[in-house]
Amino acid sequence: MADTAFLRIEGVSKTFGTFHAVRDVTLSVAQGEIFALLGGSGCGKTTLLRMLAGFEEPTAGRIYLDGKDMAGVPPWLRPVHMMFQSYALFPHMTVETNVAYGLKHEPMSKAERADRVREMLDLVQLTQFAKRKPHQISGGQRQRVALARALARQPKLLLLDEPLAALDKKLREHTQFELMSIQERTGVTFIVVTHDQEEAMTLADRIAVMDKGEVRQVGSPTEVYEFPANRFVASFIGSITTFAATVVGREDGQLRLKVADFGTEVLARDVAGITEGQAVTLALRPEKITISQARPEAANVVEGVVKDLAYFGKDSLYRITLPSGALVQVHAVNARRGDEAARVADWDDKVWLSFEPGAAIVLGD
Amino acid sequence: MARLKAWFDRSGWSDLIVGLPYLWLVLFFLLPFLIVVAMSVATKTPTAPPFSFGGEHPWINLGGYARLFGDALYVRAFLISLMNAATATFFCLLIGYPMALALTRVSKSWRNILLMLVILPFWTSFLLRVYAWMGLMGKSSWFNAALTDVWNWIVPIDWAVKSLPMMHSNFAVVLVMVYTYLPFMILPLYASLERLDPTLDEAALDLGSRPWQVFLDVTLPQSIPGIIAGGLLVFIPAAGELVIPSLVGDAAAPMIGRVISDEFSSARDWPMASAVAVALLALMVIPTMLYSHYQARAEGTK
Ligand SMILES: Nc1ncnc2c1ncn2[C@@H]1O[C@H](COP(=O)(O)OP(=O)(O)OP(=O)(O)O)[C@@H](O)[C@H]1O
Ligand SMILES: [Mg+2]
Repeated sequence: MADTAFLRIEGVSKTFGTFHAVRDVTLSVAQGEIFALLGGSGCGKTTLLRMLAGFEEPTAGRIYLDGKDMAGVPPWLRPVHMMFQSYALFPHMTVETNVAYGLKHEPMSKAERADRVREMLDLVQLTQFAKRKPHQISGGQRQRVALARALARQPKLLLLDEPLAALDKKLREHTQFELMSIQERTGVTFIVVTHDQEEAMTLADRIAVMDKGEVRQVGSPTEVYEFPANRFVASFIGSITTFAATVVGREDGQLRLKVADFGTEVLARDVAGITEGQAVTLALRPEKITISQARPEAANVVEGVVKDLAYFGKDSLYRITLPSGALVQVHAVNARRGDEAARVADWDDKVWLSFEPGAAIVLGD
Repeated sequence: MARLKAWFDRSGWSDLIVGLPYLWLVLFFLLPFLIVVAMSVATKTPTAPPFSFGGEHPWINLGGYARLFGDALYVRAFLISLMNAATATFFCLLIGYPMALALTRVSKSWRNILLMLVILPFWTSFLLRVYAWMGLMGKSSWFNAALTDVWNWIVPIDWAVKSLPMMHSNFAVVLVMVYTYLPFMILPLYASLERLDPTLDEAALDLGSRPWQVFLDVTLPQSIPGIIAGGLLVFIPAAGELVIPSLVGDAAAPMIGRVISDEFSSARDWPMASAVAVALLALMVIPTMLYSHYQARAEGTK
């Protein structure tokens, strides 16, 4: 599979002086995929992208695009275009000439070129702004000009560095779907850099979660959310509460864990590579825990007291103190309506928490 | 604070402060200029000061302006001045542009050192530096000897010379003007190049342009205001230059500054000198107006 992949990044590292910006990254991306690089500030996302575009040479490792080794290929010869975080539109050119800029290197007639520009402006719905300069249009429109400019030459691979970061929340959500639909229509492979996990989850077919220059997990949005491979990924994506635990046994394809904070044993989904007696981390997502006043009939039940609650309208967030003093976050959807909907439990109520073994994440690290 | 500001606005202090620079311009530029204009239409007399209005002479005497166009000396001096200034501006741009560009590409610490070096010549007397050039261009200098060797090596044997007659020529004037005015070209160019966003270069590279195309498509067009500003800063003083042509120029082909000076001092024809000065100013105002027109248009599209 790795050999036939459209883009292969093999053991790529980049150091600036003694600083490792990117460390031994190996990834493969399929043709037509939207692939997200997700990670906090300074984790090396832009550096990795710049190596793909050819602005930086890897210190070690190889990059293959469509089977061709990209080492030493200058940016202007790579079939890779980049959409810069700042958009980098040419301020002295109109929207139209910006979009046409890459096409001057294509062997095509004037009419063909004009057609392509019109087609691109149409794609991003900017035809009426063709004659304006970049400073005469809005931020969202600039973003679309940058996209049209990067797509005009029909690159094999489009790199988008924080494409939506400069837009306000509402426009960002709208533009996410627009990006996806444009990707679908053009069939170009997208690599999107973002530090916004929701954006990565919405846009991408697959996500690589990065930390300190390393890729910590690659998988579909569901995989990285439901089955995080390590503590970093588990806590970076969504919120989560973690507990120290010890594996005491294996039964029916489930792990039996002893959790000191719970004062009881619980069952969790089995994970490969965990041995009996091993010290592990149990991680619980707030929305996977059910909160109830009466003790429920469930595999895993823990007792606690409501310390804090925040009512958000459609849902509420509870913070529960366990007998050991540990805190658990619980997210409850307020499905019922009216007064009774307000809350399942109140401050200082004694409550029962329960969760499915399948929803309990066991992390070996 | 707000009350203070209101009082400040109401009592007209702000007008005064805003107006002071203009007062300066009126006092030391507009007024002298008007005096010169008035003098240019006076009549030369053997009195002191050597001009007068009225009397048996006509009140306004346009004879000076008529001679400007009638006498080949003046037309020729204007042409030589414009040629020399244009050539000097061109070479300043040719040499200054790469230097300004390099300044934007080196590390911060190097940049400060190099900027210092650009300004450093101003710390030595201008006259001293011109004299140094006179020494270099003189027939017995190593500089002249080295250039002579190069010349003799390039040209056919019949054209070989013992030493190059560099001094007292337009070549010498242009050379020294380029040397003198180079910082006035580099600094505005640097200021405009330094403001450019380097990611624009990367965007152009990314879209398939080679580095030289990036320069032509992205860097050069965006630096036009800097080129024009630097060009004006070199061209205008170069066209009216007096000291350099007096010291190293060809006395038989004077530049206009020399003509004005001669009319004032040796010929004691103040009206004529004033007429030449007014004409020179008019000639310089045209490119400046073109520049501000260009700027206004560039800003108008914003
Ligand atoms: N040219 C460089 N010289 C030295 N260090 C660099 C250089 N470029 C990047 N770095 C360092 O490498 C690290 C990764 O930078 P990078 O720009 O890739 O981060 P990022 O993941 O894109 O972060 P952000 O989300 O803030 O954009 C940072 O710590 C940065 O300081
Ligand atoms: Mg970045």
